Amino acid sequence: MLKVKELRAEINGKEILKGVNLEVRPGEVHAIMGPNGAGKSTLSMVLSGNPAYTVTGGEAEFYGKDLLAMPPEVRSHEGLFLGFQYPVEIPGVSMVNFMRAAINAKREYFHEPPMSATDFLKMMREKRAVVELDTKLASRSVNEGFSGGEKKRNEIFQMAVLEPRLSILDETDSGLDIDALRIVAEGVNKLKSADNATIVITHYQRLLDYIKPDFVHILYKGRIVMTGGPELALELEERGYDWIRNQIDGENEGKEA
Amino acid sequence: MEALKQYLDLYTAHRDLIDSHSCAPLNLLRDEAFRELAEHPLPRKGSENYEATDIAEMISPDFGLNIADVPLEVNRACTFRCAAPLIQSHLLVVDNDTINIPASLSEQLPEGVELRSLRDLGREEPEFLVKYYGSLASIGNPIVALDTMLLRDGICLRVRKGTRLERPLQIVNILAAAAPLMAVRRMLVVIEEDAEAKVLVCNHTQSVDLDMMDLGVVEIYVGRGAMFDYYEMEESTEKTRRLSALYLRQEESSRVTVDSMTIYNGTTRNEFHTHFAGENGSLRLLGFGIADSNRSVSVLSRIDHQVARCHSDELFKFSVDDHATADFTGRIHVAHGAVKTEAYQSCRNLVGSAEAKVNSKPQLEIYNDDVKCSHGSAIGQLDPLQLFYMRTRGLDEAAATLLLKQAFMADVIEGVEIPTLRERLHTIVEQRFAGTPTGCLSNCAAHE
Ligand SMILES: Nc1ncnc2c1ncn2[C@@H]1O[C@H](COP(=O)(O)OP(=O)(O)O)[C@@H](O)[C@H]1O
Ligand SMILES: [Mg+2]
Repeated sequence: MLKVKELRAEINGKEILKGVNLEVRPGEVHAIMGPNGAGKSTLSMVLSGNPAYTVTGGEAEFYGKDLLAMPPEVRSHEGLFLGFQYPVEIPGVSMVNFMRAAINAKREYFHEPPMSATDFLKMMREKRAVVELDTKLASRSVNEGFSGGEKKRNEIFQMAVLEPRLSILDETDSGLDIDALRIVAEGVNKLKSADNATIVITHYQRLLDYIKPDFVHILYKGRIVMTGGPELALELEERGYDWIRNQIDGENEGKEA
Repeated sequence: MEALKQYLDLYTAHRDLIDSHSCAPLNLLRDEAFRELAEHPLPRKGSENYEATDIAEMISPDFGLNIADVPLEVNRACTFRCAAPLIQSHLLVVDNDTINIPASLSEQLPEGVELRSLRDLGREEPEFLVKYYGSLASIGNPIVALDTMLLRDGICLRVRKGTRLERPLQIVNILAAAAPLMAVRRMLVVIEEDAEAKVLVCNHTQSVDLDMMDLGVVEIYVGRGAMFDYYEMEESTEKTRRLSALYLRQEESSRVTVDSMTIYNGTTRNEFHTHFAGENGSLRLLGFGIADSNRSVSVLSRIDHQVARCHSDELFKFSVDDHATADFTGRIHVAHGAVKTEAYQSCRNLVGSAEAKVNSKPQLEIYNDDVKCSHGSAIGQLDPLQLFYMRTRGLDEAAATLLLKQAFMADVIEGVEIPTLRERLHTIVEQRFAGTPTGCLSNCAAHE
């Protein structure tokens, strides 16, 4: 479904992604790990079309279409979802209105009529249950006054509402206590099917105890420098990121010498 | 001077005619107003407090004045229909500046609530009118002087001691004529001790293609322990000019809300001059303006804390697009003896284009230390990260922008304390930002 080739991108004139290659097929779970500042969030932003970033090279295909040519909302309609590392607060826009607008925009894209009020409310109720999201939060402004955990749950709730084909979850685990982590992970697992795929971006191995990845990639200095199975995450946990730094930087020094 | 001269000449030539269609208490102040205007040049644009207002330019079109009080043809059935169902109110429709208070309306009002034309009041109870008329509004203000010189009639709402007016009084002002017209309006509100009332004024223009002028002065007296809400909404046209000055005096322990909403307009200047005359008074002065195209909204406020222990809370919000401008000058004066004053002021602005302009000038003059005061002013664009977040959920840029602009106005709308009006305003603002005609106008268009 997703094929990323030699993707390069910059922000404010600073090159962050330096040739990323990644292929994701339906039913798969990929984990992307890497030290702070490696470019993990940048990759998620570029794939979902944040106009603040400039793609300077490479390509990305989503179900055979040129992903990079689509505006963010079309990427969403086509089935791409980004769970933000830092969900954005939008005071004055209620969660309910926001989700109604989102659902109906997608339906319009597929030439379907807007969802009826009763169907919408029923759907909201079902989706809230996926992440045990408090009813009260749905009537509040988007992410405003939500705790860290509530914000992350709210991301998974939105994912449940939008039923994406590919979800990129950017550090959805960070800042969560163990209960919240379990709820979020279970939510993700409930939404998993043979037709959709998930990319979990994480700093720590612990999320991967709950969401079992098929592939683990290590992103470092804007490139995927290692790919392996779940055992790679365990090895990384054990050896720490210095292991990567030494190995990759050492290698490069060697080359340069 | 040229612009003003036509009005001075008109007054000189027709003074008797103007007097004959008015009443003695109003006629009493005309000469002073005339002298004021004749002897002082109009403030130039750019001078202090007139940074964005060119009064001479605003009054320069050859506006007609209905000094002889001839009935003008106004298609008011339409507006009447549009406005009436909005909220449960006592409704008065005013064509231009001709005051006609139907007996049915007066009868509807509870005992102790009197709604009269200034002309009737001046004839029936002149001493009451003499006492209040022109005693708050300063004749040194050219808006007040022009209004006072040319005024024929106006409205007086009196709510007697301890009386509560349950439903709001809604006044729908319509500008409509076959040629450019200046409507000269005046309102006097006297809320006596422990009384309570709400007023909603809607200002509309029906004659879309003509230059129209809405000139008005409002004087509000709020007695001890009384509560008063004044909402004012402009839904006019690009060719409408509006010069308005509101004066408020609050006695001890009174609570007042003044809320000014500019939804559709042309060139608008709204002034608010408020004064605490007794301790423990509280005032909320709110407002918003939405302007695109070449529209401009200008607000001048002066909140005067003369006495101790009063509370004022001021919030204005403006959204400008295209070549529109918004201008806010907010002065808060806290006198030496006004200890334990709490005065908060905030002006927030959203600028949607490179050519749109916002000027925001807070002025705090505080002459004692025992106060809590703050002011803030912000001018910004929509947050790109909020826009992006919404787009990742499938909203296109236009839809996301619309929601964010509405959200920007949400808190100032939440300040409206008439629930049906508040709900309606959310819709009106949504329609306004979406570029569809709002409320009355859309319905009226259907009749054409
Ligand atoms: N707006 C920006 N301007 C310049 N550099 C940025 C900006 N945002 C992020 N970066 C830089 O991009 C690099 C990658 O950041 P990010 O993708 O957030 O990393 P990660 O998610 O892996 O921690 C970092 O070095 C960061 O400093
Ligand atoms: Mg990150």
